[in-house]
Amino acid sequence: MKINKLYLVLFLLALVAPTVLYPVFLMKVLCFALFACAFNLLLGFVGLLSFGHAAFLGTGGYVTGAMMLHTGMGPELSILAGTVAAGLLGAVYGKLAVKREGIYFAMVTLALAQLAFFFYLQSPFTGGEDGLQGVPRGSLLGMIDLSDNMNMYYFVLAIFIFGFWLIHRTIHSPFGQILKAIRENEPRAVSLGYNVNDYKWVVFIISSALAGLAGSTKTLVFQLASLTDVHWHMSGEVVLMTLLGGMGTIFGPVVGAGVVVTIQNYLSGGELGNYIHIIMGLIFIVCVLAFRSGIVGEFQKMMKKNFG
Amino acid sequence: MATFLGINLFALSGQLLVGLINGSFYALLSLGLAIIFGLLKIINFAQGAMYMLGAFFAWMALNYMGINYWAALILVPIVIGCIAILIERFLIRPIAGEDHLYSLLLTFGIALVLQGVFTHLFGSSGLPYKIPAELSGGTKLPFMYLPNYRAWIIVISLIVCGSTWWVIEKTKLGAYLRAGTENPQLMQGFGINVPLITTLTFGFGVALAGFAGVLAAPVYSVSPDMGSSVLIVVFAIVVIGGMGSIGGAILTGLLMGVVEGLTKFFYPEASATVIFLVMVIVLLIKPAGLFGKEA
Repeated sequence: MKINKLYLVLFLLALVAPTVLYPVFLMKVLCFALFACAFNLLLGFVGLLSFGHAAFLGTGGYVTGAMMLHTGMGPELSILAGTVAAGLLGAVYGKLAVKREGIYFAMVTLALAQLAFFFYLQSPFTGGEDGLQGVPRGSLLGMIDLSDNMNMYYFVLAIFIFGFWLIHRTIHSPFGQILKAIRENEPRAVSLGYNVNDYKWVVFIISSALAGLAGSTKTLVFQLASLTDVHWHMSGEVVLMTLLGGMGTIFGPVVGAGVVVTIQNYLSGGELGNYIHIIMGLIFIVCVLAFRSGIVGEFQKMMKKNFG
Repeated sequence: MATFLGINLFALSGQLLVGLINGSFYALLSLGLAIIFGLLKIINFAQGAMYMLGAFFAWMALNYMGINYWAALILVPIVIGCIAILIERFLIRPIAGEDHLYSLLLTFGIALVLQGVFTHLFGSSGLPYKIPAELSGGTKLPFMYLPNYRAWIIVISLIVCGSTWWVIEKTKLGAYLRAGTENPQLMQGFGINVPLITTLTFGFGVALAGFAGVLAAPVYSVSPDMGSSVLIVVFAIVVIGGMGSIGGAILTGLLMGVVEGLTKFFYPEASATVIFLVMVIVLLIKPAGLFGKEA
């Protein structure tokens, strides 16, 4: 009951937020929060570090962008197409990546994502270095005009809540319990008769599809799909968001995404823009050395200690 | 024009040479990664940044201090090895007991910082580094013109890789290393200072990247992102070869360079992706890697 109240408060806050804060900024946070939540499903709940999640973000973005530009389909179908495309790519990449574990898994996903990067760099439909520019937002079901930022915001919020709910459901399902069992003790999960690689594969597909959903939505928000989204920096950024917010916690990635996007927005305006990678790197180092539970994780520990 | 079966042999041997040179760098970098992985069980994500650092240090040594190429080739790896030792001692060792993914993330952070600092200082466009006078010019071979510096890269990296392999596989020091890889507790029980060996190994593995960086300065332009792009390829190579053997890391590196060179000749569109595609095939056929042991 207590947690439900928390959700309700957050939901109400999200509803009134655009009256106080710039809607495009909020949409950016929501897109990255969904991306980070999808990533956290793998890292936090199965213990798989994917260093190639940008491939799925970018795939969703490019497919949605191309659909909006070149076909008459509306935003809902274009987003669906982007999500499915990312999920399919995730099915292929996941099948390959789950063959290796731990550090190798990270390297395989990174290399596969680089493969996707070169594919998008060379393909004619992505516009190469320029990316897909001027993607129209269209109108939802032909009725609600999404070029209005407030309409778009509530659409993005709905998508985020859907994605968040799906992840929440996955984690708290029997399937999610098995995932946690794999994270905690893989050999025992195997000995109990679970086909561990299949479980990893399925969750990899869910995660990549949701990352694609985030990318699709992001393309509509910014009306742009570019190589930045498939670059390995992006894969690193989502790791940072999750680590900073608290991996394995349900709200951690949301908080981490909020903090990282805020820092980026703050820095890119001023003369500190050059320092952005240095600061990101330093946050990484500090998080790993002294702050491994992340903001939400540390907060939970503190609550437990003082009130639990 | 020398042709064989309609293939332009000049162009082919040219691309093969480029492939061998790239392969030499891949071999040096993946060898460093494999040595570090053996003892520390971590992947050094900063290996690419250290390679970049090597090239920049060589450039700075020449332009600010007048230290020439030959001195840089010795000094820069030593300096970088020392930096690596500090990193190991003060950043990596405190989290040695944690999940190895944390050390991967830590070194990733270090790589971001280094790349960011050098982008800030020098911009992202490349800096030129002149080929040393002793190695300028080239030799005319029946099929091709062989620039001396390129021949030097291949020879010296083969020598360095070969002697590293020899030390690890054939000497007493190497035996300690291999034993430490198998069972560090037992080694320590025998009175061998494992933490010291670990630190030195990390220093040496990273110094190899610095050495590769100095070697690369005259052929590739010296730029802050030279390390990250090559590192991802080297990761794929490590997956292809598997990290079980030192010789395997060297061979796979060279081989993949050649494969890349051949692809550049026969189907240039795929030259940037061919190594990743090979990785996919290897994962399908032999997931542990060509030289890897099944875990």
